[in-house]
Amino acid sequence: MAEKEVKLMKGNEVIAHAAIRYGCDGYFGYPITPQSEVMETLMELKPWETTGMVVLQAESEVASINMVYGGAATGKRVMTSSSSPGVSLMSEGLSYLAGAELPCVVVNCQRGGPGLGTIQPSQGDYFQACKGGAHGDFHLIVLAPNSVQEMHDFVGLAFDLAFKYRNPAMILADGAIGQMMEKVVLAPQRARKTNEEIAEECKSWAIYGKPESRERNVVTSLELQSEVMEKINLRLQAKYKAMEDNEVRYEAIECDDAEYVIVAFGSSARICSATVEMARAEGIKLGLLRPITLYPFPKNPIRELAERGVKGFLSAELNAGQMVEDVRMAVNGMAPVEHYGRQGGMMFSPDEVLMALKEKLINKK
Amino acid sequence: MAEVEIKQENMVYGKSKLMLPNVMHYCPGCSHGTVHKLVAEVIEEMGLEHDTIGVSPVGCSVFAYNYIDIDWAEAAHGRACAVATAVKRLHPEKMVFTYQGDGDLSAIGTGETIHAAARGENIVAVYINNAIYGMTGGQMAPTTLLGMKTATTPYGRDPKLNGYPYKIAQMLAHLDGVCYVTRQSVHTPANVRKCKKALRHAFENAMAGKGFSLVEVVSTCNSGWKLSPVASNEWLEKNMLPFYELGDLKDNKE
Repeated sequence: MAEKEVKLMKGNEVIAHAAIRYGCDGYFGYPITPQSEVMETLMELKPWETTGMVVLQAESEVASINMVYGGAATGKRVMTSSSSPGVSLMSEGLSYLAGAELPCVVVNCQRGGPGLGTIQPSQGDYFQACKGGAHGDFHLIVLAPNSVQEMHDFVGLAFDLAFKYRNPAMILADGAIGQMMEKVVLAPQRARKTNEEIAEECKSWAIYGKPESRERNVVTSLELQSEVMEKINLRLQAKYKAMEDNEVRYEAIECDDAEYVIVAFGSSARICSATVEMARAEGIKLGLLRPITLYPFPKNPIRELAERGVKGFLSAELNAGQMVEDVRMAVNGMAPVEHYGRQGGMMFSPDEVLMALKEKLINKK
Repeated sequence: MAEVEIKQENMVYGKSKLMLPNVMHYCPGCSHGTVHKLVAEVIEEMGLEHDTIGVSPVGCSVFAYNYIDIDWAEAAHGRACAVATAVKRLHPEKMVFTYQGDGDLSAIGTGETIHAAARGENIVAVYINNAIYGMTGGQMAPTTLLGMKTATTPYGRDPKLNGYPYKIAQMLAHLDGVCYVTRQSVHTPANVRKCKKALRHAFENAMAGKGFSLVEVVSTCNSGWKLSPVASNEWLEKNMLPFYELGDLKDNKE
């Protein structure tokens, strides 16, 4: 595999290819539109015959996230994928995974809600993904891809971060990124970790049968002594703080001289990059700040733009206004922060966002 | 106190070396302690202490991992069979079992249990059926007998109000993925011996890749039943066993 492998693929299909190539040990999923191609592609590729990766269709999202819990507990690289209603069913499991400090990757190919909602793209699960989304004080690592290439690359990145921090990592995509086809450069095949490597790297916590060389390991999120549980909570919070210090990722487009800045992630950011071009052609100094990690959120880069004198921020999201709250907190009153969004599976066009920018910020008296 | 040296020829019984010296949180008279001991003995006698992964439930036996010296995962309520499924699929050469109560396995976890069994996962589910929720203070379980008083059926279980008890062992026995279903008890020494044999058989099935095995143990909960340990054993025999009949429901030889 010396040659670069370039393929034309759907975002969901590429998740399957990337899982295999990044050495994933197990995928456990349940079909739901608009992400069913992930498991369909895996079943077609039959990785159990090549890399030895396990693929299993579970009876529900509740079961699949708990299979992920079991697989992750053994130190293996395991993942699942779903879409909004299915991710809600997984939220109990995500809390247990975070509580037991287990690494795993969960892909949410978002659709519109609430309830059964629609099967069209949405970014309505930002709060759910970034603010915990289940009981207890915890965070997922949240990555927001804006292209098929990033759908591919973030599978590897998500596994690396999940293992670095022993924490579940979510790829927060949406129906648009999952369904669209683009050129993608596939990574070379990474070997799966051997049981011996896992036993060496994860011996302090993983369960795979207690060898004579160590004490038994217990994977649990339970601690009934409050004094001890509080210490665990503090340790978890220190871990989240370390993520905030070290793992913020974002892309700044035309922000250096920008008088106005759009903040947008995922498919929205893709659209808004065209808004920037249109605005610049009209002589409006517009920039785009695209958070790549939604948790940890790029607070400081946004604050610095406000401090530099940006006159206004527009948070453009496919929801009723969720990330805008984090943008406002980062800007902290230094400049106006407005939201523009579409809902119900509707997407905005670049000129629609430009009109909203003019109306809500530039021409506002 | 001076250590008393026991001569090998006088040794008639010893505790499994896999039983940890932790004081059990179980009430005196509870069946859990006996079943834990049997599981530990089976693992030790099969030489699987370095190759066994247990999955503990939510309920009284949530702390099973404090008593048997093997690797454990503590599952969310009802999800043990899903957790065990992945552990076994990723480590097919290992012995993987769940240890669950009637609330965990046959109420909130019914779906995970049935589908793990239907898929024929090569795991063992040890199922403690004492017809009550012990950990939360004695509420009705799906297995609570008709007329039985619990914290949530203070006037006795009424089928019109609370529905009927059900036998998940019978349901699982019909599934093609299931190789062995048995119902045992540990309320007499003879039953303890039979139960151990059943556990051993189930563990051997899992290691031989024959499919899913369920070992139900009709158990006592003297605190929940509000009876002394001896009276609980008698109550079990008189009331539980006529409904939850002991014996093998299925034993595939292949």
